Amino acid sequence: MTTEKMHFEYPVEGGNFSAAGFPSSQVKKTLKQLNVDGNVIKRTVVALYEAEVNIVAHAFKGVIAVDIDTEKIHIRLTDEGPGIPDIKKAMEIGYSTATPEVREMGFGAGMGLSNMKTNADSLVITSEVGKGTIVEIINYFHK
Amino acid sequence: MTVSELVTKLGLNVLSDETGLERQITGGYTSDLLSDVMGHANAGKIWITLQTHKNVMAIASLKELAAVVLVKGYQPEADMLAQSNIEEIPVLGTAEEAFEISGQIYKLLND
Repeated sequence: MTTEKMHFEYPVEGGNFSAAGFPSSQVKKTLKQLNVDGNVIKRTVVALYEAEVNIVAHAFKGVIAVDIDTEKIHIRLTDEGPGIPDIKKAMEIGYSTATPEVREMGFGAGMGLSNMKTNADSLVITSEVGKGTIVEIINYFHK
Repeated sequence: MTVSELVTKLGLNVLSDETGLERQITGGYTSDLLSDVMGHANAGKIWITLQTHKNVMAIASLKELAAVVLVKGYQPEADMLAQSNIEEIPVLGTAEEAFEISGQIYKLLND
């Protein structure tokens, strides 16, 4: 594996579901090229996809910053949006504030944050109501 | 069993291009909740659903699923179909309901 550090950024547009999944797909390709363990790749793309969909479903816009070094992948998703008033509540399985349109697509079932937690070695969510949310996901390549 | 063999045995319609039909099916997952599939379906599974939009293919690709089966004669939206062809993950169709087709696939895979 290369010793170089890699940095990627992807813009995310609120409401644009048709573009969702592109960053996860790119990250998956990059990690495969770096010969990262398949299980780590699978966990990372699940956590990233869920976090991205949350921006699309709830925020106006956001940026996904991905940093990869020899030890880990660090993903920071920063959005401008309504924020999360009660993060503990939001983490509960089945709790969702998604719109009926989003739910009809099969999203917004209140499973996303729990999927993120299960598939991230470290998950930190900070949020300010009326401003936005920052989600940080870290997965380590070697346990 | 390959996707192609399943198509023949159950008379499924191939709605996408004929690419990816050689993929191996290791099992199935029936759900219309995308995060449920994201969290619980494993590589090689065939996904039975009534969701017909492009995000289905994003998930199928990220999870490396074998194929998607749309139930009750549902038709994929154009961008779902386009994405299916790019990812080379077939979209199949059946007139059956999810319960019936899941049962038939289960039986074939477990006999």
